[in-house]
Amino acid sequence: MQRRVFLKSGALALVTMGLSPSFLRRMVYAQGVPQTQKGKVLICLFQRGAADALNIVVPHGDPHYYALRPNIAIARPGSAEGAIDLDGFFGLHPALAPLEPLWRSGMLAPVHAVGSPSNTRSHFDAQDYMESGTPDVKGTPDGWLNRFLAAKDTCAECELRASPFRAVAFAQQTPRILEGPAPTIAMSSLDDFTIRATGSDVQRLEALYRTGSADLIHGAGAETFDAVKMLKSASPQKYAAEHNANYPTSPFGQSLRQIAQLVKANVGLEIAFADVGGWDTHVNQGGATGQLANRLADFSRSIAALVTDLGDRMDDVVIMTMSEFGRMAKQNGSGGTDHGHAGALFVIGGQVRGHKVHGRWPGLAPEQLNDGRDLALTTDFRAVFSEVVRTHLAASRSDALFPGFTATSPVGVV
Amino acid sequence: MRCIAHLPALALTAACTLGACSSAHHAVAALPASGEVAAQSEREQTADEQVKHALNRLGFGARPGDIDRVRSMGVDRWIALQLSPQEIDNAATEQFVARFPVLAQSSSELLTEYPLPRQLIREKRRGMARPGEAVARDSAVGKLAGLDPTSADSMRTKAAGRLSRQLLTALQTAKVARAVVSDRQLEEVMVDFWENHFTVFAGKGPERYFLGEYERVGIRPHALGKFRDLLGAVAKSPAMLFYLDNWESTVEADRPALAARRYARGGDGSKKGRPRGLNENYGRELLELHTLGVDGGYTQADVLVAARSFTGWSVEKPRESGAFVFRPAFHDAGEKHFLGHTLAANRGIEDGEQVLDIVARHPATAHFIATKLVRRFVSDSVPPALVERVAATFTRSDRDIRECLRAIVTSPEFFSRGAYKAKVKSPFELVVSALRAVGAHPDSTPRTSQLIAKLGEPLYGHLAPNGYPERGDAWINTGAILARINFGLLVASGRVPGASPTEWTDEKALANVSREAQVDGVIRAILGGEASPDTRKVLSSAVNPMAADSTTNATRRGGLETMVGLALGAPEFQRR
Repeated sequence: MQRRVFLKSGALALVTMGLSPSFLRRMVYAQGVPQTQKGKVLICLFQRGAADALNIVVPHGDPHYYALRPNIAIARPGSAEGAIDLDGFFGLHPALAPLEPLWRSGMLAPVHAVGSPSNTRSHFDAQDYMESGTPDVKGTPDGWLNRFLAAKDTCAECELRASPFRAVAFAQQTPRILEGPAPTIAMSSLDDFTIRATGSDVQRLEALYRTGSADLIHGAGAETFDAVKMLKSASPQKYAAEHNANYPTSPFGQSLRQIAQLVKANVGLEIAFADVGGWDTHVNQGGATGQLANRLADFSRSIAALVTDLGDRMDDVVIMTMSEFGRMAKQNGSGGTDHGHAGALFVIGGQVRGHKVHGRWPGLAPEQLNDGRDLALTTDFRAVFSEVVRTHLAASRSDALFPGFTATSPVGVV
Repeated sequence: MRCIAHLPALALTAACTLGACSSAHHAVAALPASGEVAAQSEREQTADEQVKHALNRLGFGARPGDIDRVRSMGVDRWIALQLSPQEIDNAATEQFVARFPVLAQSSSELLTEYPLPRQLIREKRRGMARPGEAVARDSAVGKLAGLDPTSADSMRTKAAGRLSRQLLTALQTAKVARAVVSDRQLEEVMVDFWENHFTVFAGKGPERYFLGEYERVGIRPHALGKFRDLLGAVAKSPAMLFYLDNWESTVEADRPALAARRYARGGDGSKKGRPRGLNENYGRELLELHTLGVDGGYTQADVLVAARSFTGWSVEKPRESGAFVFRPAFHDAGEKHFLGHTLAANRGIEDGEQVLDIVARHPATAHFIATKLVRRFVSDSVPPALVERVAATFTRSDRDIRECLRAIVTSPEFFSRGAYKAKVKSPFELVVSALRAVGAHPDSTPRTSQLIAKLGEPLYGHLAPNGYPERGDAWINTGAILARINFGLLVASGRVPGASPTEWTDEKALANVSREAQVDGVIRAILGGEASPDTRKVLSSAVNPMAADSTTNATRRGGLETMVGLALGAPEFQRR
């Protein structure tokens, strides 16, 4: 916070001295040289509520799977409403059919038995750990994506390059993963990202928030006005979906549509974030159809539309999904699943090592389960995240992103 | 509604009529001896700041005239009165809320009168099923497809859908209205606090049918009462039992049940074959979010035992009747060990009650609740010494919420310089305080609650059981700033029902004075007289330039309204 305020009030001081502040140069840069703004983009999608990995990437080849879930298991591939086979052992939930073409084209790389080494079964602690990047350490002030932004910010060239739209979250509140000193934007929609006033009133309002006061609200306000101006000139609204991409009308689908608009508007987007709830399926989660299937249908249709829409730009884009933990291997007393341990995630992109389910499968036999009840963990989420950031975004020091963590062997996902 | 007395006649202090009270400085000595009231010398805030601070923290900000009234009666006396809401006349608020009769009805009555749309479909299916034939499962919820509906059927379903939506808007509208007009401000703050602490999500199944009763019977009567009573009322509320799935949690098949099941499994293989067993959702959140806190020293084993203790705590037909019921046949009758206590075998509802006793008395709960209260009333960075004192009060007073509040709002920390304007308003607090500042009538339409939702805090609309953020800074980011600015402009343009800047009491006084006097008046009325030089400068230039030379009332008014909008959107107004 301190640093952000300093940077912003520093820019302000330049204005009063008649010098061009960096944000103006950035805007000129963005408008005048759009080609060079086609940088790498990482899109992180958080499934809040602990998604049931075992019914998402289905281990139909594991003999214990069907015994653990008599009422909610996804049938073997080939049977009615069965899983979509991937490699003879794993399959996708049938509601993930929109992702199947990505698997076939090698753009979809699932990672299984992945998650946080923390044993917490609290949604909120586990989300906090996955977003701070420091399992079992609660005091971490910033999120790991913000640490990435802040680390890249240190060179002069990057500062010049930095756009107010470098990191955007489609959320009402800045997500924990993006909290920290580097400026980020949180918005509920592009359409709302404007001031409903005219001419001189806007200038007056801007003046209200442009003071040098080292204050949380003034700091956020100053960034806001930079971003509004830039968005107005880039007008991403004019970028309609391409290649017949068909986004669901759900909030999640619309968030992804707007991420695509920002990518195509070349406003310097580097990190995008959206989240989607409804995964806490304690009761009647259903099997091939039902509650979880409905969530997955929206989830996969939205992602498939984003990939279709971005077309060749997917060579520069990685989409990474995440959820705070998996759910119990055994179904509970209400046709649902209680909180578990390891989960699964997807890495999607033109340059990922797709068409392979990554991670070591720990098995579902009673003695193989974590605490005798959950899928055991074989891949630390930080191993995947740091590999993606290092390889895709060329982060030089992933150890700074995940303090206290050293990857022992590559996951090989990108 | 204009005639609402902002501070009521006081039964409690009949000898002290408004305007004739002793000053704040003398009121201290006249207070009932709680022994903890910070002396004036211990208070870093000036007398004026104390008045504004109290109005902003124990309530949702000042209405026109409130500051003068609290000043003249004495801030300590006002605080003491807020701690005894039953002494404050609330007839006008109740009269307004009575416009929504559904709020006074029980969940059972509502479900009978306004059946859930899916329930109507189910009944239709039952009616169509031939004898001996299994009733079709309601996979096509929300549709009457294939059921050969008559036009009367679809009319009835549509009407039911509309009414079930209206239930929620009535709840939201009444919540906002109470906060805007009730003189029992602290009670409204505490109802909001506990509704967020014990949050439920109106979008889950029939939850909205339970919400009116939840607030009326579960939360409000205990909002300043004993924590154990509140906890018990919540634990038995259909709202919480349904939201955290406990109503479906039953003894595991391999454990002893308290009673034999009365019903055999359905011979036709229909829905009676639904799997039964433990659901640990409520057991976990009771410990993590309602009482001990996530670092409160419990284990996964304690979560399981808590869940086992509450097996059988259920809801009678949640989609038709919606009343609490204890089902012995579903209760785990085995012996249980919980947080160092042994719960003997073969007991029934006592298991859950004892678990509530244990967690309510646990030191971690005292600390957790004290921390949350201090964060709400004092600062996001909670002073540890105050938390300790409040936790001690919690324990000593048999978990009396009123005594904890008294300890907080009369403490030196509460009146410290650091606490003054230290909190960023939540969207609900922002909207309500803006409407109060311009002396708005309560809005009987859903418009205001929709605005609050657009600002990021849909009332009764938080999906996860942790509630909305308690820390103010969580609400501030680039998008939020824009939404807040736009909200201020909307109020000023007269497009928020009930809030008419031209009817604003101060407007009349300010319409015909000089621009500088108007700026002073707006800063005094909206920003409590405190604005940075920059804000003052911006407000001064806020008169429509096209009309700058004109002296007609209409153009002066236009400028004044813009000024009000700018003030409501200013950084100063985002804090309380």
